[in-house]
Amino acid sequence: MVTTSATEKLLRIEDLKLHFNITQGVVQAVDGVDFELDNNSSVVILGESGCGKSSLAKAILRLLPRNAGTYSGKVWFGGQDVMQLDDEAFRRNVRWVGMSMVPQAALNSLNPVVRIGEQVAEPVMVHHGLKKDEAWGMARRMFQHVGVPDDFLIRYPFELSGGMRQRSALAMALVTLPNLIILDEPTSALDLLTQANIFNVLKRLKDEFGISYILITHDIATSSELAQNVAVMYAGQMVEISDAKRFFTKPLHPYSQKLMASVPRLHGNDELEFITGTPPSLLNPPTGCRFKDRCPSRFDKCDEDPPLFIRDGIKVRCWLYEENA
Amino acid sequence: MTEEPKILAEVRVEGQQHIGENVLDVQDLKVWFELRRFGFARTGFVHAVDGVTFQLKRGEAIAIVGESGCGKSSLMKTILGLNEITDGDIYYNDMHLNEMDKKTLRWYRSTQIGYVQQDPYGALPPFMTVRRILEEPLVVAGFNDKDKRLEQIRQVMKEVRLIPVDDYLNKFPHQISGGQQQRVVIARALIQAPEIIVADEPVSMLDASVRVEVLKLMRALQENYNISFIYITHDLSTVRYFSEYIFVMYAGRFAEKAKQHDLLTNPKHPYTYALLTATSEPEYENSLGFKEVPPGEPPSLVKPPKGCRFHPRCKYAIAGVCDSEVPPDFHVEEGHEVACWLYDERYEEPDFSE
Repeated sequence: MVTTSATEKLLRIEDLKLHFNITQGVVQAVDGVDFELDNNSSVVILGESGCGKSSLAKAILRLLPRNAGTYSGKVWFGGQDVMQLDDEAFRRNVRWVGMSMVPQAALNSLNPVVRIGEQVAEPVMVHHGLKKDEAWGMARRMFQHVGVPDDFLIRYPFELSGGMRQRSALAMALVTLPNLIILDEPTSALDLLTQANIFNVLKRLKDEFGISYILITHDIATSSELAQNVAVMYAGQMVEISDAKRFFTKPLHPYSQKLMASVPRLHGNDELEFITGTPPSLLNPPTGCRFKDRCPSRFDKCDEDPPLFIRDGIKVRCWLYEENA
Repeated sequence: MTEEPKILAEVRVEGQQHIGENVLDVQDLKVWFELRRFGFARTGFVHAVDGVTFQLKRGEAIAIVGESGCGKSSLMKTILGLNEITDGDIYYNDMHLNEMDKKTLRWYRSTQIGYVQQDPYGALPPFMTVRRILEEPLVVAGFNDKDKRLEQIRQVMKEVRLIPVDDYLNKFPHQISGGQQQRVVIARALIQAPEIIVADEPVSMLDASVRVEVLKLMRALQENYNISFIYITHDLSTVRYFSEYIFVMYAGRFAEKAKQHDLLTNPKHPYTYALLTATSEPEYENSLGFKEVPPGEPPSLVKPPKGCRFHPRCKYAIAGVCDSEVPPDFHVEEGHEVACWLYDERYEEPDFSE
């Protein structure tokens, strides 16, 4: 477990870049991302498919695919600059130990021929050097925390329902007692009631263990369940970083505004809007603001690259918020 | 039964005369699947659909809402004529679906009812261009004039806003975005000018910003062509933008049937209430508290619980009644029926706000 003093940020990312080389060129999946995360807090990263949000998770955990090209920037985790570590030191001291991940479609990320208990116990045996029975004890404790009955430990993944499998994947991420868990679309394949249940579990774990979360999703309505801070990603860049209260009532960036207006609601009478056009290709992103072609409030300045402007503590990448404007 | 394929523009006029008539009448439908061990010993049935009754009127959109495994897909496939009916009746206009011969059933499936799949990319053949995908149903239906076929394709593509048409005609599915793929699927369902379109979670695989666009498009088609829609979903928040009626399905049966507005604002069945409270609205207050969720998981459809199928998870369950007798549909207000014993005169109605 990484220890951090109270004043320090748990995670600080500066100008993180992750590009992929493909035959047609370079895909700029993560292109200069900055954000911070406090201890025992949570940030939601919102974005459409193909905006680079899953690549961001991979870049933070340094789970790079073989065709990764540029991988640069600074990542401080618990006061330590983890980009300086070599791969082995990163594996030993950071991944699983300090931060772990619940992957997208956790249902399919479990090994079908290994009993659930063994899979959940394995990370503690590898990373904390626990003996097998101690590790199984740990796994049993985690199962209680996430709400899976004890006797499920000896079952195989196909014997569990979707919700139970998702909980098992969560128990696996939790078993090494990390400070940070990255959740990549944790409930998108689950039913409504199961989804609500999993979010209850996540909230409880946050209170009990003081864990922080990075929740990566495209589902704005359910993301509000876990949001303290919100970061909106578009075409490989952060376009707005805000706190949940202000974001859900009054987003600043035109893209965030459009996105919020497209969320279906149970009650109320507002007409839904949609965003015309498609997100730009990350292969050759447009110069200037990347949202300009779909933006209703485009003006001359948008052809230049907007920096992140800070307005009342909210960071927004849009020329509309330039101070002298 | 052979007839000339219909031209879309004519259908629009023709359909208007019949608004409000029943297109589909489903009476006490049961669809059970046999479970066999080693291929011959019968060990039981999966009661996928177990006594479902509803009517679909011309030009009307209904939504069937339920969790996975509640039987909504089996119900849909039966309406499409793909499953055998175990018991009960389905009437399409005046025709009895149970008794249709092979040829009629084929006519019904290929020209009278359209199907919009959940995963657009999986539903489109990857080696065919948009033009061939849309042309094939017309060829099958005996649309022999090539120019007329192309004209129909162009019109249907304009209708689903794949404009300019020439940009898309010769593209393959992987060359267009998810929202556009879904529009090709809708165009394919529409091209035969069917009376009914069944849409199975048509927007769940799409991005939030595109979802609304597709829902609005389907709404426009429904209004322009008086097509009846059956919208199957698990997401209550999108229902408001699409359907007139909502049927909530749980473990093979309808728990509640009501007009869209009544169901969303005044749910009567404890299960509907649980679904509505579990649906998140984009508000930051959500992160501050916990949600109330009924315990347990939906029951197995092989041996569903006796009586009301929701009773093991229901906190209002009445011992001795809910666990032994099947609740009938109680009529609570106009067009609002609920299968729950709490609405019997003998018992007190629940107060969900407590």
